[in-house]
Amino acid sequence: MELIFEQSVKGRKGVSFPVDNTSEAAPLPKELLREEKAELPELSELDVVRHFTKLSRLNFSVDTNFYPLGSCTMKYNAKGFEEAAKLFAPFHPMLSMLPEGEKLSQGSLELIFETEKLLAEITGMDAVTLQPMAGAHGEMTGCMLIAAYHKAKENKKKYVIVPDSSHGTNPASAAMVGYEIITIPTAAYGDMDLDAFKATLNNEVAAIMMTCPNTLGLFNPYVKEICDLAHSVDALVYYDGANLNAIMGKVRPGDIGFDVIHLNLHKTFGTPHGSGGPGSGPVGVKESLVKFFPSPRVKKNGDSSFSIAKEDKSSIGSVSNFFGNFGVIVKAYAYILQLGREGLIEASEQAVLNANYIMSRLKEYYDLPYNQICMHECVFSASRQMESGIHAIDIAKYLIDRKIHPPTVYFPLIVKEAIMIEPTETESKETMDNFIEIMIEAAKLAESDPDILRQAPLKTPVSRLDETKAAREQNVCCVL
Amino acid sequence: MSNYNPNTPSQQAEMLATIGVSSIEELFKVIPQELKAKSFDIPKGMSEFEMLDKINSLASANSKDITFFIGGSFYDHYIPAAVDHLANRSEFYTAYTPYQPECSQGTLQALYEYQTAICRLTGMEVSNASLYDGATALAEAALMAIRITGRNRLILDDCVNPIYKRVLETYLANHDVELITLEPLNFSLNKEAAIKELNNNSAAIIVQTPNFFGSIDNLKDIAAKAHENGALLINSVYPVSLGLLATPAEMGVDIVVGDGQSLGNPLSFGGPAFGFIATSKKHIRNIPGRVVGETVDKEGRRGFVLTLQAREQHIKRHKATSNICSNQSLCALRGLIFLSLIGKEGFVEMARQNRNRAEYAKSLLSRVKGVSIEDSVPTFNEFVLKLPKSASEVTAALLKKGIAAGVPLGSYYKGMDNYLLVTVTEKRTKKEIELLAEELGRTLV
Repeated sequence: MELIFEQSVKGRKGVSFPVDNTSEAAPLPKELLREEKAELPELSELDVVRHFTKLSRLNFSVDTNFYPLGSCTMKYNAKGFEEAAKLFAPFHPMLSMLPEGEKLSQGSLELIFETEKLLAEITGMDAVTLQPMAGAHGEMTGCMLIAAYHKAKENKKKYVIVPDSSHGTNPASAAMVGYEIITIPTAAYGDMDLDAFKATLNNEVAAIMMTCPNTLGLFNPYVKEICDLAHSVDALVYYDGANLNAIMGKVRPGDIGFDVIHLNLHKTFGTPHGSGGPGSGPVGVKESLVKFFPSPRVKKNGDSSFSIAKEDKSSIGSVSNFFGNFGVIVKAYAYILQLGREGLIEASEQAVLNANYIMSRLKEYYDLPYNQICMHECVFSASRQMESGIHAIDIAKYLIDRKIHPPTVYFPLIVKEAIMIEPTETESKETMDNFIEIMIEAAKLAESDPDILRQAPLKTPVSRLDETKAAREQNVCCVL
Repeated sequence: MSNYNPNTPSQQAEMLATIGVSSIEELFKVIPQELKAKSFDIPKGMSEFEMLDKINSLASANSKDITFFIGGSFYDHYIPAAVDHLANRSEFYTAYTPYQPECSQGTLQALYEYQTAICRLTGMEVSNASLYDGATALAEAALMAIRITGRNRLILDDCVNPIYKRVLETYLANHDVELITLEPLNFSLNKEAAIKELNNNSAAIIVQTPNFFGSIDNLKDIAAKAHENGALLINSVYPVSLGLLATPAEMGVDIVVGDGQSLGNPLSFGGPAFGFIATSKKHIRNIPGRVVGETVDKEGRRGFVLTLQAREQHIKRHKATSNICSNQSLCALRGLIFLSLIGKEGFVEMARQNRNRAEYAKSLLSRVKGVSIEDSVPTFNEFVLKLPKSASEVTAALLKKGIAAGVPLGSYYKGMDNYLLVTVTEKRTKKEIELLAEELGRTLV
């Protein structure tokens, strides 16, 4: 498709501005002005509408395709939540920070306060901040809180431990806060090797970051022991909430002994992923860490009004402009209100049921490196298909031709040719059965006619793309 | 209660039988009994109707009838209706990160076009596919400069948005970085002081245009001085101003960042919007976050992919250029749609109107008895008023009349209790500006 810039017609106009009836200002000094106008396209509104409508139709999305992308929790994003967020579009964040401005922003402040309270209860933590903008941002904020905790106690800490099955953001986030990373291998039972962990743990360990259930979709039965061991050297335990969708109402990280947790509202709490963002990555902590929270914080007053709290002198500062991705927070709040206690529990139960159903039906056709009941996702390996020269990526591309968004492939890194499937609770048995049939078909084709898989996809606007060329030429901007 | 789980009890029973367990509870058996949730005190669910009613009542508890003369990185700009309609196509908003390019060309091409738009606005050569917001973009730029130069001294103009400064300090708190802050001089960058602070360990000078006080600086000489000393110039910009103002590239800037809220994203109590970052091609490998690149498919047709992923956390883990994963794609898309709708001439007109209306407000407000203005500094659509009494008191009084007259600077700068930062966008009518002047006059009597 032509780029929007390539469709430009000199002199064509789109949206107009109101007539400016103030008097013309004296011009700025010439050296402060740009030499040429920015080469934005010149198009009619219809040109623009058609272009982006056409572009949208080149995408797979939850609303158009089954999207079992492991670790990403691509559940249905209900339309009522979108409507809820729109109600807050006109409110200026700065207004609440003006003298007397809090009184004019009571609804927004209350929504923040209530959402924090609900998320704290869901996770078993003492308090939650909504300021982080995404999961990785939450991780970084969590690591900053951990650093502040150790600094305040004058603990000499240097390392953060992560299992080798962790999301790449865990070590990257800890490194953003200046920690060195120690990676622990996964044991045959599919979780972080407990003995290796014990052997590694020392007084210089600031924290251990865990995903539970982990990225293999397995719940670590030793998680309590790990928390206790960590605490014995005053290391804090961090819970990566990417997989919270498996355990709502069943387990609360705070009850187990986790000290810091982040959530991905765009995974567990029904807010859409927006082609890669915006997300929201709230952080929850135990009481001893609350004073380090980023500001601004909302508090409830004795008269039930809400205001912005005076900043604690121990605060780490701020991690974003204002109150985080507020519009996303509204949608998550709407989700929790609507589903309620029973609905959240049922969401997790159905998510786990669906994942186990797919796992049971496919394990005859694909290798299952960790063959046990899984939680909300299951991880296969295409190693059997490798014998006919077929890789996980070929199966993924074949699924695209069959109008299904591929599962996550090649992650977690510890599984060779990994295929990570997370159906979520909102998918019907019919949709999953169709997916299962196509996966079985792919497994059969790997033996009978592997070329079909290797050439896929053929029914898309473009076939497989040359990624090496992209990386070499670095054409990331259309030059005039 | 609507929970969106489609499977009927009989389907669930069938699935359980296939798995070979007798109940859903059995699937959770792996969780040790003593770890089971001690509490889950969440209210009972409700229908969509009741949910919307409840959230509507919260929205109604905010005041809707306020005229905004406040900015501070979030601005009350017009958003054409088509932006909402297009960005609300669920093929965009319910998709994930475009990891599978063949079924994500819509997102990928849009992000490539977005990157192009940012480059054309700023004059830079490369842009990423968005960051969280303007403040975190500035922090990422600082870390990027440290990586590029291998130095750890940063020189920060205190005319940079204090909220951004705070986020920058928070990001740097656990790094071995020397952060030097330059006192403003006449609401502008103190260039002499900045040059004095440059040494052979300086990674970057960090400035903002227009700065927090609205002033526009000519950065050419400071860029040259920074480069002479092997340092970079980082510039946070207000994108709307680029309809008129010299591009950061023309000024010699190395890394440009900013907040894209003003390009088609609603105020939404502070988010979501997006941050942008752009630089020159030689620094592309040090840019944080996702980047979309053009390539071809097997048949030679043009297509787009996420590229240079070897910088990113899912490959490089702790050695990545940043930990960022999810960004603000949909908001960046809104920015692109907005820019496409207003177009080349509309973008200039928007900037012109912002400045014009602000200049009109400046002239009216400066004639209010007791009020004065730092006239010597050129400004864009924000400027500082000196009031004869506390700006906080004045702001509170005007709020009662439905006017958010500005941001009192005393909350951010020592000794500036009587100063008020006023913002005027293209949405502020002549009448509203005149009313502000009138009411300000009344308040000061």
